[in-house]
Amino acid sequence: MDRRFPFKVLEHIFSFVDSNEDRNSVSLVCKSWFETERRTRKRVFVGNCYAVSPLKVARRFPKMRSLTLKGKPHFADYNLVPDGWGGYAWPWIEAMAARRPFLEEIRLKRMVVTDECLEKIAASFRDFKTLVLTSCEGFSTDGIAAIASTCRKLRDLELRECIVDDLGGDWLSYFPETSTSLVSIDFSCLDSEVKLSDLERLLSRSPNLKSLKLNRSVTLDVLESLLRRAPQLVELGTGSFSDELDPEEIAKLTKALSELKQLKSLSGLWDLLPEYIPLLYSLCPRLTSLNLSYATVMDLIEDKGLKTVALCCKELRELRVFPSGADLDETDVTLTEQGLVSVSEGCPKLESVLYFCVQFTNAALVSIAKNRPNFRCFRLCVMEPFAPDYRTQQPLDEGFKAIVERCKDLRRLSVSGLLTDKAFEYIGVHAKKLRMLSIAFAGDSDLMLHHLLSGCQSLKKLEIRDCPFGDTALLENAAKLETMRSLWMSSCFVSFGACKQLSQKMPRLNVEVIDEHPPKTRPDSSPVERIYIYRTVAGPRLDTPEFVWTIHKSPEVGVSRLSIR
Amino acid sequence: MISELEMEKAESELELGLGLSLGGGTAAKIGKQGGGGAWGERGRLLTAKDFPSVGSKRAADSASHAGASPPRSSQVVGWPPIGSHRMNSLAAKSAREEEGEAGKKKVKDDETKDVNKKVQVGFIKVNMDGVAIGRKVDLNAHSSYENLAQTLEDMFFRGNPGTIGLTGQFTKPLRLLDGSSEFVLTYEDKEGDWMLVGDVPWRMFITSVKRLRVMKTSEANGLAARHQESNERQRK
Repeated sequence: MDRRFPFKVLEHIFSFVDSNEDRNSVSLVCKSWFETERRTRKRVFVGNCYAVSPLKVARRFPKMRSLTLKGKPHFADYNLVPDGWGGYAWPWIEAMAARRPFLEEIRLKRMVVTDECLEKIAASFRDFKTLVLTSCEGFSTDGIAAIASTCRKLRDLELRECIVDDLGGDWLSYFPETSTSLVSIDFSCLDSEVKLSDLERLLSRSPNLKSLKLNRSVTLDVLESLLRRAPQLVELGTGSFSDELDPEEIAKLTKALSELKQLKSLSGLWDLLPEYIPLLYSLCPRLTSLNLSYATVMDLIEDKGLKTVALCCKELRELRVFPSGADLDETDVTLTEQGLVSVSEGCPKLESVLYFCVQFTNAALVSIAKNRPNFRCFRLCVMEPFAPDYRTQQPLDEGFKAIVERCKDLRRLSVSGLLTDKAFEYIGVHAKKLRMLSIAFAGDSDLMLHHLLSGCQSLKKLEIRDCPFGDTALLENAAKLETMRSLWMSSCFVSFGACKQLSQKMPRLNVEVIDEHPPKTRPDSSPVERIYIYRTVAGPRLDTPEFVWTIHKSPEVGVSRLSIR
Repeated sequence: MISELEMEKAESELELGLGLSLGGGTAAKIGKQGGGGAWGERGRLLTAKDFPSVGSKRAADSASHAGASPPRSSQVVGWPPIGSHRMNSLAAKSAREEEGEAGKKKVKDDETKDVNKKVQVGFIKVNMDGVAIGRKVDLNAHSSYENLAQTLEDMFFRGNPGTIGLTGQFTKPLRLLDGSSEFVLTYEDKEGDWMLVGDVPWRMFITSVKRLRVMKTSEANGLAARHQESNERQRK
C-alpha cells in the first residue's frame, strides 16, 4: 500500500507555511517533502549572494515570485570594504529573466546594480510589482525611469540610501498617466528636484499609496499640497523641514498633518527647525517608528527632546537617533545616556533602537535593560572608542551584561565603549537568540572570540573591527563558522597562515582575504588586513577584484584568484 | 597586551596606516628593516592609549606617538559607523551653518532650492592611475586645495620622503597642484567633464566636484581649464 501523502495534499498544507526558516526545515525531512516544498515556495531569500549560484536558485524554485538578495558585508556601509569588492546583481537578474519570467518582486541590499540590470528587469518580468534597493549603487536615474515607464503593474519603488548617478528629476514623469497601482515610493536618497506637478498628479491617481518618502529637495511649503492628496499614508518621509512658513501656511500644514490618521512611521525631517516640532505632535500618539537620522538639530536631539518623545510616542517600536555635527566634533554634549533611559522608560513597546552617544554608564544600561526587556535590536554606539563608564571609569561589561541577561529575545546587538573579555563571556552565556553582533575596539584576547563562537547558539552574522585577537579562537571554533552566514574581521590579528588552515579545514567556507598586498609575498605569520568568511555551496567566486583572494582548498595550489571580468 | 603581540609579529613588514583602511608598504620590496616591530609607528592596532579619555582636552599627546598626534574618533576610517548618506547630510548641515543664518531665511524663489542643492558635500571617491583601490575623502574636512592635496599625498604617497607608498614605489613628496610632479589632480564635475583642480575658488569647487582622480601628467594634457560659460553658470 502506498503510504505516501498525496502530492496535492502536501502541496496544500505547505502553502500555509510562510516563514522560510520553517520551509527550510520542512525541506530536510525527506525527498518528497523537499520536492513538494521547493515547488511551492514563492518567496526566496538569499542572505549572501555568493552562498549559492543564481542558476541553482532559479532551478530549485519554479514558482518563485519574490527574490531577496544581500551582497556586500554590512561594514561596507562604513567604507571598510573597498570599492569593487563584488556583489553584482547582474548574474542574478540575467538568470531570473531567462528562467523565471513570472518574478514579481526583487529586493536587493548592498549590491551593485547597473542601469542595464534595471532595464533588463523592466523588459523581462511582465507582472513586475516591487523593486526595493537598499544601499545599492551603480545605477542612474535613467534606470529608474525605465522601471517607472515599463512596469505597468508597479506597486513599490523604493530606493533606500542608494548611491545613484542622479541625472535629474525627470524619471518621475515616466510613470504613465494610466498607472494607478502605486503603493509605496521612496526616493529620499536622490538629490535632484522632481517636478511638483508630476508628483501631485501621481499622488492624486494613486489611491492605494501607503508609503511616501520624499527627498530633501521637496521643500516644506509644498508638503501640504502633497499630503492633501494622500491622507491615507501609513509611512511618511518628509523632505526638507526648514523653510520659513507664514502663519497661514503653518495652519494649513498642521491641518494636513493631523489628517494623516493612519500614519505610523515618520522620517525625513531634514534640518528640522525646533519651532516646527509642535506641528508633529498630532502624529506622535500613533507613531510606531521614528527615524531622526536627518533631523539633526541640536535643540531637538538632546535629552530634553527625547523626554518629549518618551511622553508623546507611546506606540513607538523603533527609534533611531544619530549624532549632529556637533556631537561628531565632541564639543558640546547635550545628548547623553539619559535620553535613551527616558525613552526606554516611557515607551513600553520599544523593541528596536539605534543610538549614538558620546559616552555612557553601566547604570544607564542596567536601567534601560530593566525598563525594556523586550528589546529585539539594541545598537549602541558610544562614539569615543574605549570609553569607560564616565562616572566610575569601569568597563561597560556590567551594563551590557544586564542587556543580554534581561532581553531574552535579543536578535541584534552592537556594542561599544570599553569592554573586556568578560563582556563577551556574558554575551556568550546569555544571548541565546542573538543572530547578529557588531563589535569595534573591544576585548583583550582570543578569549573574547572564543566566548562568542562557543556560546551564542543562534549567531549568524558576526562583524568585528580593531580587536586584538586572531588565530587561536578562530581555528578552535572553525566548525561554528559553517553554521553562520558570515564573519567579518578587519584590523585584527588574524594571520595569513590561520586563514589557510581554516580554509583547508572547512570545505564549505569561502575564506576571502581582502588586502592590498598579495598574500603570497609575505610570511604565514603576517596579519591580514581584512577577512570575510562565509559559508557557500557555490565554491570560490569568479568575480573577485585584484585585492581579494579566496584561499584555495587544496594545499599545493595555495591561493587563487579566479577573475572573470 | 598589545606590546606582547607586537613582539610576536617581528617578522612581518606590514604597516597599517592610521586612519586608513588599507596600508602602504610592500613587504616583498622593502626587505627586513633592522629587527624593528612589525607594526611601525604609524601602523598599529589602535588602543585605548590612542584616545584620550572623554571630557579631557583633545590636545595632541605626542608622548606615546613620537610626533604623530592621536586620532580623533572621527578620523578613524569608518568610525563612528554612520553611513555615507548621513555623513553627507551632516557635512551639508555644518556647511550651511557656516554660511550663516541667511540659509534659514526663506527666499521666495528658486534660489532657496539652489541653496539646498548646493550643499551636497561629503565623501567623494578618489582614484589614482595605477592603483587598484580607490579611496574616499571627506571634502568637508578640508578648507583649501593645499589641505586636500596634502591629504591625498598622505593617502597615496605616504608623505614622508623615502617611504613606500600605496603605489609601491619610493617617492619624494609630491606637489600635486603646481604641475611639477609626475601626477596631477583632476576632478569630474557635475556635468561630467574632467577638469584640472585649482582653477575655481574652493567653495565653488566643492559644490561642483563629483569625484577626484590623480592622473599621470602625460595623460592630462587634454584637460582644459574651466570654460567661461561654466563660470557664468556657477555664479548665483
